[in-house]
Amino acid sequence: MDIFLIVFLVVQVLIITLAVTTGFAYLTWYERRLLARFQNRVGPNRAGPLGLLQPVADAVKLFFKEDVIPTASDKVVYLLAPVLAVMTAIVIWAVIPFGCFNLNGDHTACFDPARRDEVWNALQVAEVNIGILFILAVTSIGVYGITLAGWASNSKYAMLGGIRASAQLISYELAFGMAVLSVVMFGGTLSTWEIVLAQEGLWFFFPLILGFLLFMISATAELVRTPFDLVEAEQELTSGYNTEYGSMKFALFFMSEYIKMIAMSAIATTLFLGGWRFPGLETLGDGVAALAGPWPAAIIVGLVSLGSFLLKVAMFLFMLVWLRASWPRMRYDQLMQFGWKSLLPLAILNLVMIPVVVVLVPDNRYIQTAILFVLGIAAIFGAARIGGRGRVKSKVELVQPVAEGKQASAASSAPASQQTSGVAS
Amino acid sequence: MYDNYVFLGLFLIAAISFPVLPLIVARLIRPKRPTPIKQSTYECGLEVIGDFHVQFKIQYYLYALAFVIFDIEVVFLYPWAVAYPELGMPALFAMLIFLAILAFSLVYDWRKGALEWI
Amino acid sequence: MSFELFMFLVTAAIALAGGVGMIVARNTVHSALFLLLNFFAIAVLFLLLHSPFLFAIQLTIYAGAIMVLFLFVVMLLGVESIEDRTKDRLAGQLWLSVVLTLILMVQAITITLLAEPAESQAQNTALLDQLADPALIGATLFTTYLLPFQITGVILLVGIVGVVVLHQRAHLYGPLSETEREFAEQYAAERTASGQPAEQAS
Repeated sequence: MDIFLIVFLVVQVLIITLAVTTGFAYLTWYERRLLARFQNRVGPNRAGPLGLLQPVADAVKLFFKEDVIPTASDKVVYLLAPVLAVMTAIVIWAVIPFGCFNLNGDHTACFDPARRDEVWNALQVAEVNIGILFILAVTSIGVYGITLAGWASNSKYAMLGGIRASAQLISYELAFGMAVLSVVMFGGTLSTWEIVLAQEGLWFFFPLILGFLLFMISATAELVRTPFDLVEAEQELTSGYNTEYGSMKFALFFMSEYIKMIAMSAIATTLFLGGWRFPGLETLGDGVAALAGPWPAAIIVGLVSLGSFLLKVAMFLFMLVWLRASWPRMRYDQLMQFGWKSLLPLAILNLVMIPVVVVLVPDNRYIQTAILFVLGIAAIFGAARIGGRGRVKSKVELVQPVAEGKQASAASSAPASQQTSGVAS
Repeated sequence: MYDNYVFLGLFLIAAISFPVLPLIVARLIRPKRPTPIKQSTYECGLEVIGDFHVQFKIQYYLYALAFVIFDIEVVFLYPWAVAYPELGMPALFAMLIFLAILAFSLVYDWRKGALEWI
Repeated sequence: MSFELFMFLVTAAIALAGGVGMIVARNTVHSALFLLLNFFAIAVLFLLLHSPFLFAIQLTIYAGAIMVLFLFVVMLLGVESIEDRTKDRLAGQLWLSVVLTLILMVQAITITLLAEPAESQAQNTALLDQLADPALIGATLFTTYLLPFQITGVILLVGIVGVVVLHQRAHLYGPLSETEREFAEQYAAERTASGQPAEQAS
């Protein structure tokens, strides 16, 4: 490795980490603005145009906050926990391809799995042949930040939050791992780069619709977001595992949560929505190459692929915020039952379905896709039917029309009180 | 190809220094006026009662144990998932048997009530 | 000194430090964290041996699953710090461990000495890369080593049986053993005698 390559790498790594943290800062803005819209409010709009400087203001505030370390805490582990949380959130980004900007100046190599060695991609840090396993390994280590924070704080709320969180994370990690495994089964590779290339003309979303659903549910649970945010159920646990954390250390936990959110969206994009691919991208590259030569083509393909990747990620982020705006929190026993008794059996079914179809219907991706799509949809609806069967129908009658209710209360007080108690229960 | 792991290591260093740097910067510029009350453990503003070292429900541990076992079984399937299209029918059957054992463990756990949250 | 050798020495030192720290640490959670450090170092050692697959598995299984289980045990029982370190609970374990370590070392050295020397470094590396391919591991696992593999599945099933047994012992309304029942009754009697309301001893 010559000195130029090393300098280039350091700059690349710095830019990507900076971009990820800026992404985090603006994700908080994005979420607050969106949530405000969902709740018919305005949201932060004072700091800068459209409130765009709000994240900066927050960061300045958090930097100047006094740092309180509880005397009862285990100091070293207490400080280690947020660092570990952020580290695991950032390091996932190393293996995700954001796009394909070939620094060798040849965009056609981006689309050919056989010419992997000719691609020097500026938009991916490390192309390792076990990228997907690496993602899984890092996600599984992500448990420690939360668990250790809960333990080191030496506080009952934090401890309860930490234990709850770790049990939840490991329970949903199984379904998560199996959903990712289904992608590996259909794509036939463990490298993130090759997974993206294997989705030529066919995003894995279609054949792996069941896997996609499982992935989205378990990823939301891994992110401990609504409806799975029991970890920080503020009504019961004040703030859960980060109760004793203030100032910059709290900001780090916040950061890890949001960076993980972007990372999960990026993984979902890479595995199911074709990563940086976009229909017509290769044709566009060829056209530009014919008009202006190979270098402009490489640059255009790089920019468009990055844009397409970011667009898909933003879509997933919108979905996550939407989820948060619409759904109430689950109960802990429901959460565990759902993970072990609903997601896990479905995940095993998914793992049986895919290889059987792939082996029995060889060599035609599109027929396989059609069969798997139909099977997946059938499985989802079947599961919904079975899951809904045991549910008791609500005995509470809906509130009567207002005018009728008024008349009833005017006529006599007894039916009115009955009515209110009916509504309250 | 192993260069890529060096890049990964470099990225890891960046990922570790990224949370550490703000902590150091914040340490330099923030005020520090600790008092015993400020540094006490939060318990809704009341005196802290008892120790937090309490025994939790054993159910948490049982889930962790089941998780470890299922996780190992899933990991076995990864090398298979990249190899099976070439191996054909026999490997498919072998894997289905393995999955059947896995499914059986789950069903057994379920039927015996070990997955109930009591 | 090559880059690889340098990395090996650093990683090996970290692994050893983690191991020593685990034994020396007085707090059980600290011990667990040192062991975690050791696992990370071992994972990097696998990488240096050109086996990225094992690197990822080491992280997922040991660091991501088994250590979480350890931490759970420690935290759930609430036994982080052991006060009495002078008393040896398991008599003679120190000497036994020394003897076993010596045997292990002799074994390792013998294997290293008996191993056939590599033809050439480059050839060796190529062979290693070939062996580390996940697809090859999968193919070997499901053809040559099919029976041991399936037996592993059954052994893991035994673990699940363990979960069920533990669950039934822990079950709130399950049958108590004779001593447990006696203890519960005695406890209830004491509470009533001291004027406190009797709890239900189930």
